Amino acid sequence: MAAGLSGPAVRVDRLAVVRGGKVVLSELSCEVAPGTVTGLLGPSGSGKSTLIRSIVGVQQVAGGRVEVLGHPAGSRALRARVGYMTQAPSVYGDLTARENLRFFARVLGRRGDAVDRALAAVSLDDHADRVVDRLSGGQRARVSLATALLGEPDLLVLDEPTVGLDPVLRRDLWELFHVLAGEGRTLLVSSHVMDEADRCDALLLLREGRLLAAATPAELRARTGAEQLDEVFLRLVDAAAA
Amino acid sequence: MSARVTAAVAARVLAQLRRDPRTLALIVGVPCLLETLLEQLFAGRSPVFQHVGAPLLGLFPFVTMFLVTSITMLRERISGTLERLMTLPLGKLDLLVGYGIAFGAVAVVQAAVVSALSFGPLGLTVAGPRPLVVALAVANAVLGTALGLFVSAFAQTEFQAVQFMPAIVFPQILLCGLFVERGAMAGWLRGLSDALPLTYAYDALAHTATDTLGPRFAADVAVVCGCILLALALGAATLRRRTP
Repeated sequence: MAAGLSGPAVRVDRLAVVRGGKVVLSELSCEVAPGTVTGLLGPSGSGKSTLIRSIVGVQQVAGGRVEVLGHPAGSRALRARVGYMTQAPSVYGDLTARENLRFFARVLGRRGDAVDRALAAVSLDDHADRVVDRLSGGQRARVSLATALLGEPDLLVLDEPTVGLDPVLRRDLWELFHVLAGEGRTLLVSSHVMDEADRCDALLLLREGRLLAAATPAELRARTGAEQLDEVFLRLVDAAAA
Repeated sequence: MSARVTAAVAARVLAQLRRDPRTLALIVGVPCLLETLLEQLFAGRSPVFQHVGAPLLGLFPFVTMFLVTSITMLRERISGTLERLMTLPLGKLDLLVGYGIAFGAVAVVQAAVVSALSFGPLGLTVAGPRPLVVALAVANAVLGTALGLFVSAFAQTEFQAVQFMPAIVFPQILLCGLFVERGAMAGWLRGLSDALPLTYAYDALAHTATDTLGPRFAADVAVVCGCILLALALGAATLRRRTP
């Protein structure tokens, strides 16, 4: 639980990442408040996944600091406390959903009921015993999400968790995210779909490796005078270019 | 290292193999077929079969497990599951040793079936203890697994990984002393042979076949075990929590 934590759940300070000779993130600073659902939004190629990889500690960084729950990103102390869902479903295609979750639960030292809870949370109970390769893309993504939920982490970092899901399922998942935040957990959720921004408590808008804005949806509307968040984004881009 | 996590990895790898009965059938079936072919090929000239039968039996698991492991590990790297594992409380050795245990267990089955066939219907004989041939086969399988884990880091695609087999395994088989006695090799080939782990694996098997289990045999086994540890250490060095 996030109890006892003072300060932000994630603090990124002048982060720089270079991949394949190309600057992906430069001088990026931002914070994620504990107990919130924070949206990381931006077009594809804006550096969302790279920022997420830096926060979970699997990205080689060229400079700056990333602190997660008071520890440097990727520290041993964080490995049981941070849940990570990669953009492509990173589960074993030749195992069933349940077998996948059982394996990751054993790595995390969790009991079998954690598996059932995670499957129920993503509404996969019916397909739990099918081999992942034979599931649809959306179902596979949910197996991957369930894996991230398994350890009941204090921080959940989800890279485009709702891509390819039908609207009902998307709504259910966003409700789940808020339930988890209500329990004191922190969620950082990336998306390239602006209409998901309204479901977030706070937003980080990213473009070309730079932070365009960090605010609540309401603040952004007030600041730009635009109603639609797509329009908000465009005005922020124009304002940054001017 | 954690026994719980290592066991979880081994159980998972075995569960994946169970899902693929065709691969399992090939792992056990192909060496049986090859031993049978060999026996038939040299029918009437039995000493040749007696000479190469036991070493081949001990070397098959090395080849099989090298190939299967390098592909499995490559998939783990490509699919993102390795990246996920690297964010979890899992040590690098948990992963590598877990793989070693799983494929070692498969090698026990493989070597047991192939030796039952070879020592039974095919009439292969060894002067030394037969269980020792099986034990050496399993050690070679673990060596193949450890090397496969290591080289998987240097392949980006499954095509490349498959090509490591002829590149890394064939020269070792050619130079291990099975085809040409090491004493008859040109100096530089002999030197190369000295540097390759399979040479010692073959030598240990040859000593078992002739029941000359002296200090040379003990040294061979020690070198094979040392190479397993070295390959695991190299494999661990290729596993990075942070990637570019």
